[in-house]
Amino acid sequence: MKAIVIGCGRVGASVALGLSSDGWEVAVVDVDEEALLRLGGWRGRFVVGHGLDTSVLESAGIGDADAVVVATNGDNTNIVVGQVAQKRYGVARVVVRVLDPRRADFYAARGLQTICPTKTAIASIHDAVSVGVPAPGAG
Amino acid sequence: MYAVVTGGGKIGSNVTRSLLAMGHEVTLIEKDEVRFSRLEVEFGPSVLRGDASEIHVLEQAGIARPADLVLAVTGDDEDNLVVSQIAREGYGVQRVIARVNDPRNQVHFDLLGIAQTISATASILGLVEHEMPEHGLVRLFDFRREGLELVEVPIAADAPCRGKRVAALALPDGVRLVAVIRQGRPEVASDRTVIRPGDQVLAILAPGYEDALRRALLG
Repeated sequence: MKAIVIGCGRVGASVALGLSSDGWEVAVVDVDEEALLRLGGWRGRFVVGHGLDTSVLESAGIGDADAVVVATNGDNTNIVVGQVAQKRYGVARVVVRVLDPRRADFYAARGLQTICPTKTAIASIHDAVSVGVPAPGAG
Repeated sequence: MYAVVTGGGKIGSNVTRSLLAMGHEVTLIEKDEVRFSRLEVEFGPSVLRGDASEIHVLEQAGIARPADLVLAVTGDDEDNLVVSQIAREGYGVQRVIARVNDPRNQVHFDLLGIAQTISATASILGLVEHEMPEHGLVRLFDFRREGLELVEVPIAADAPCRGKRVAALALPDGVRLVAVIRQGRPEVASDRTVIRPGDQVLAILAPGYEDALRRALLG
């Protein structure tokens, strides 16, 4: 199985390493060549370039990718690159990181698989504060 | 008319000024603080500070009324695309015009159904092409939504089509000659029109018929 990870920051790099150790053939794309340092002794493909550049996507092997993960630091970039992967290249599994909860919901309702770390953080913080404490208004 | 303009750079601010002068109601959204303060001096309450791709900012600007027109003209193509999609698909805004900064991104706007786009680079290149036609065809206008283009073909002194009637050119179905401009005067083309050296021929093409037209006229 082939995967492309676009955006090699803290999240992208760890996802790439994880998928790779699960046995996926992973190609990583980032605008910054230095991002390769996050991957340690990476032996997979690494393409320097922007995720909206179709020649970059194609040299990363999007033509026959089974999955694409988009996790650059720009929500709108991720949303657009994700839709390009899905609609132009017909990639079956596209996962897009979107920090803004409302935009994440908007695009999720339109068939894009969005992961929103902000929503996860809100829920975890809420739970951490509330655990074992009756809701103040419930008495 | 109520218009929401995103991005207060040269394009956004000039369009806002013109629309206001025409008597329209406008909200201009700008995220940069310094630029916002400058715009506020001129436009007062018609400028809103915020990131236009955040839905609550667009709502604050009144997109849900809905706006009659949204102009997504920031310097960032992804922002323009997302604002256009939210306006159209989320709020049913009928007229959305997006700016394409990098012409290589035009394909993405087309793919995602943002049919009304403007690109300064593409316009300038179009003018250059018009002055220095390279491959015989000058693209005058793209009817993106309809999938047609209007092109001009200058007829050289030795062009194989010279002296022929339009009916004799054996044009494929995807090509229609619409007019011939001869010595600056346009004439609507019919089957009987004869092509002469020095003419400018205007044709409407379906996608992919550039070569067919070139072969029919220029050999």
